Amino acid sequence: MDIKILVADRQIVRPGDVLAIIENSGEVTPKYLPEKHIYIAGNRIYSDVLGIASITDKTVSVIPLEGVYFPKKDDLVIGLITGVGITNWIVDIRAPYKAILNGSEVIEGFNPIIHNLRDYLDIGEYIVAKIAVFDRTRDPVLTVKGKGLGKITEGTVIEVKPSRVPRIIGKKGSMLNLLTSKTGCNIIVAQNGMVWARCPNNHRLNILIQALKIIEDKVHMRGLTEEIRLFLDKSLGGEG
Amino acid sequence: MEKPILIREDGLRHDGRKPNELRPIKMDVGVLKNADGSAYVEYGGTKVIAAVYGPREVYPRHLALPDRALIRCRYHMAPFSTSDRKSPAPSRREIELSKVIREALESLVFSELYPRTTIDVFIEVLQADGGTRTTGLTAASLALADAGIPMRDLVAGVAVGKVDGVLVLDIDEVEDEYGEADMPIGYAAGIDEIVLLQLNGVLTVEEFREALNLAKWGAEQIYKTMKETLHKKYLKALEE
Repeated sequence: MDIKILVADRQIVRPGDVLAIIENSGEVTPKYLPEKHIYIAGNRIYSDVLGIASITDKTVSVIPLEGVYFPKKDDLVIGLITGVGITNWIVDIRAPYKAILNGSEVIEGFNPIIHNLRDYLDIGEYIVAKIAVFDRTRDPVLTVKGKGLGKITEGTVIEVKPSRVPRIIGKKGSMLNLLTSKTGCNIIVAQNGMVWARCPNNHRLNILIQALKIIEDKVHMRGLTEEIRLFLDKSLGGEG
Repeated sequence: MEKPILIREDGLRHDGRKPNELRPIKMDVGVLKNADGSAYVEYGGTKVIAAVYGPREVYPRHLALPDRALIRCRYHMAPFSTSDRKSPAPSRREIELSKVIREALESLVFSELYPRTTIDVFIEVLQADGGTRTTGLTAASLALADAGIPMRDLVAGVAVGKVDGVLVLDIDEVEDEYGEADMPIGYAAGIDEIVLLQLNGVLTVEEFREALNLAKWGAEQIYKTMKETLHKKYLKALEE
């Protein structure tokens, strides 16, 4: 299948924009590829969302600029406990569905008669978790068993748009490395747009928050990593 | 009141427009901070704001659909939008327009991506001067794109009317009131689909064909402006 790509890499595209034309093939079956944010109708490939075109190896996809977080199995998320039941906690992971964390995940030999869940995790507390099960017909189930998972007891949780997460991490973690090494903060970026930072002092935390804000606003810009590097050097002075 | 002159001797309309001329159009997206997506659209004296929330959890729960997102739409005219105060309670007309706009949007949104959720669309008419359903549809479509909701295309609304025997594009309040026919359409120009078509009054088959072509042509102009508006939102961030 030969395709003629009509857009440039990193160009802003909108729903209904034609990204490419499929050449020299007869009738093409209409197809929808939600993970790439494109759909095929007739012999054209369209974008389904407001985003940035990305061209790799003669295929085209769209990275959305807006949108909510949609859970995926094995995603790392940071959630806020919003409810405590008899056997499970209700966790807000900023998705259209509320997540469930079972008592047995946190308490060994969990027995609802003798254990009170509130003693372990209470409303308003943050947890780092992984999505254990999610099949779209039921609410996502979380797990906190694993390295680095569990209750957050120190540091700050910063909210960013979920669509900005890939940019905050950067290609092969380049942006995240930059942020970590320059500010000296320990940073964990969750897929649902929550950033957990543990910084040596408040000054550095504030600079990190400002840097995240710049990434959020200028996500579609070329050379963003370089701009962040300049910004961090300038605001940290000789400290970095 | 006596019927005003709708088509002047020089062939122009009562407000000086040519028969195939649109009113001055203004658009902006991301105007509301608290909504996931929003848009403001002006067709001449008609001013509409739209807000989109979602995909998010459905309340009440029993309304949720197991296989796709529920799209809810509320078209509402502000009490101060008309020359006589309009009661803020939803009228029969507003309920009908909510339905037709919802159905137009349903045919474009990929709602099966978000089962058991809702996408809420609120359309508020701030000032009415004819063509509020088409302006509302345009604004709702922009707000959906701004919220990052996957859809097949944007839709532009525009009405064609027949006044004093002449087919005119984008009719206003006076032309609607004293004209012979009014035909609002919602046209997704990128994929060449009509998602809304109503007709009030009488047109011959020949006139209908001509009116449809005129409306499509007008909607294409609006569609271009919509795409530019979405693009501009991200260009602004680059300039700063």
